[in-house]
Amino acid sequence: MSKMTMSQKILAAHAGLDEVHAGQLIEANLDLVLGNDITSPVAINELKKFTKEGVFDKDKIALVPDHFVPNKDIKSAENCKCVREFAKRNNITNYFEVGQMGIEHALLPESGLTVAGDLIIGADSHTCTYGALGAFSTGIGSTDMAAGMATGKAWFKVPSAIKFNIVGKPSKWVSGKDVILHIIGMIGVDGALYKSMEFVGEGIKNLSMDDRFTIANMAIEAGGKNGIFPVDDIAIEYMNEHAKGKKYVVYEADEDAEYDAEYTIDLSTLKSTVAFPHLPENTHTFDEIDDIAIDQVVIGSCTNGRIDDLRTAAEVLKGRHVAEGMRCIVIPATQKIYLQAMEEGLIKTFIEAGAIVSTPTCGPCLGGYMGVLASKERCVSTTNRNFVGRMGAIDSEIYLASPAVAAASAVTGKVSEPCELGL
Amino acid sequence: MKAAKGTVFKYGDNVDTDVIIPARYLNSTDAGELAKHCMEDIDKDFATKVQDGDIIVADKNFGCGSSREHAPIAIKASGVSCVIAKSFARIFYRNSINIGLPIIECEEAADAIKAGDVVTIDFDTGVITDETTGESFKGQAFPPFMQKIIDSEGLINYINSGAATN
Repeated sequence: MSKMTMSQKILAAHAGLDEVHAGQLIEANLDLVLGNDITSPVAINELKKFTKEGVFDKDKIALVPDHFVPNKDIKSAENCKCVREFAKRNNITNYFEVGQMGIEHALLPESGLTVAGDLIIGADSHTCTYGALGAFSTGIGSTDMAAGMATGKAWFKVPSAIKFNIVGKPSKWVSGKDVILHIIGMIGVDGALYKSMEFVGEGIKNLSMDDRFTIANMAIEAGGKNGIFPVDDIAIEYMNEHAKGKKYVVYEADEDAEYDAEYTIDLSTLKSTVAFPHLPENTHTFDEIDDIAIDQVVIGSCTNGRIDDLRTAAEVLKGRHVAEGMRCIVIPATQKIYLQAMEEGLIKTFIEAGAIVSTPTCGPCLGGYMGVLASKERCVSTTNRNFVGRMGAIDSEIYLASPAVAAASAVTGKVSEPCELGL
Repeated sequence: MKAAKGTVFKYGDNVDTDVIIPARYLNSTDAGELAKHCMEDIDKDFATKVQDGDIIVADKNFGCGSSREHAPIAIKASGVSCVIAKSFARIFYRNSINIGLPIIECEEAADAIKAGDVVTIDFDTGVITDETTGESFKGQAFPPFMQKIIDSEGLINYINSGAATN
């Protein structure tokens, strides 16, 4: 009898094997290969070295220029041109130009390109996001992307897993971001190195799809190979809405599947959590946080730029104004989310509160543009990394937090939670 | 026999890809250009001091963070012959093998070797020798499959050779 985890079952099925075990090296067939404007040019260059030309399947490659797009400078423009021309030459179906483009890990699930049971690699570390829908998805580099595009295959070392048993219901301002920051604070930035993080339990019904995307997205920040959720009614409803007609396969872990470790996370006891500079594991809750004055707030990214995130931020900012001298930058992750936020009046709320609203881009998260920090500046950000120099000057500081905390901080001008505004 | 010899640059835990090559330089894919800024945010003198053959030694989780292959590309192009660490982040590990940058996991070596020591590495045996102190360490061997990719000097050559489908 097999004793496989969800992740192992997906890998086995794509390798044509009945069973796999942790540590086994396999070659598996890919359902989707993803790249962006930073990683694809390197991959396209590598692809030229193949003796066999062309791509394995023009429908199973997604190219999403989103990092330095709309082009921030001439070199970035040349990189985008390289990706655009490659897509055209190879008739790539899923190339997303400015206008259709969004932040890749929000855009692909929304476009129905990632569903339960899929095996996905992406030349972007946050490719692990799609595990929220019950897919096995993991980040790789440009050479693996090139090989994936050419052959439709990749090699994997089958991961062991850590099980997170989620129970309870979170309080009003506690979101998926607080759940994953809490977990990273608990196990550390290499706590899940090379492993799957499997999030299960009765409490997941209290986590929206957007919460789950945020949680799976940051599995990499604990070193994880992938993060994955079981497929329940909430996931099926999402796929029915966004991926109509695309076949999905539900894999469940065996009852006696083996885990390296098991943790129980009680959502009802979690509090708003902030990761201090310069590692996502440096987490604190507000009972430990003194006044920390800030200069900028960023609400967006592949971690927290979805509609739920914008609704939460708008709820905090409604009828309030950002602190004097504060720069508050809101970035809806896709055009569809942007439009929905407009229709719901959220964009109006942001602008009236003194925030700016940008077209979709990864820009400030990695210090590209649209909110780069100067020396000694501090930013509360809903993004995923607070490494040295990540958003700009090497002596700037990033505090990672939820959209609720980011919005409250924009109003007070210091690291704050919504209750400080009487919410 | 493949071997390396060089002077050691030493770093701590969790050296992330943002400090190995900051994103402000990722608008370039040119290896030489990337090498000019390698390690800039953690060690601003690295790029000017590093010489061909030099070796990076670090503690745990080296290369954590982004999937940018620009990170091992920048290290390799700066002339570094090998990175020794207690552990490597998963994507960095894969990327290094795929582009042919030698990396070795060895906790004892990472603890004992100091900045400025001269170290030799025998890639056939995995033996790391600190010539300054005379101490030797045994690095963890690669699985045979990965060794073949390394011997082919990268994934593309390995696939082109037909070995991958055998």
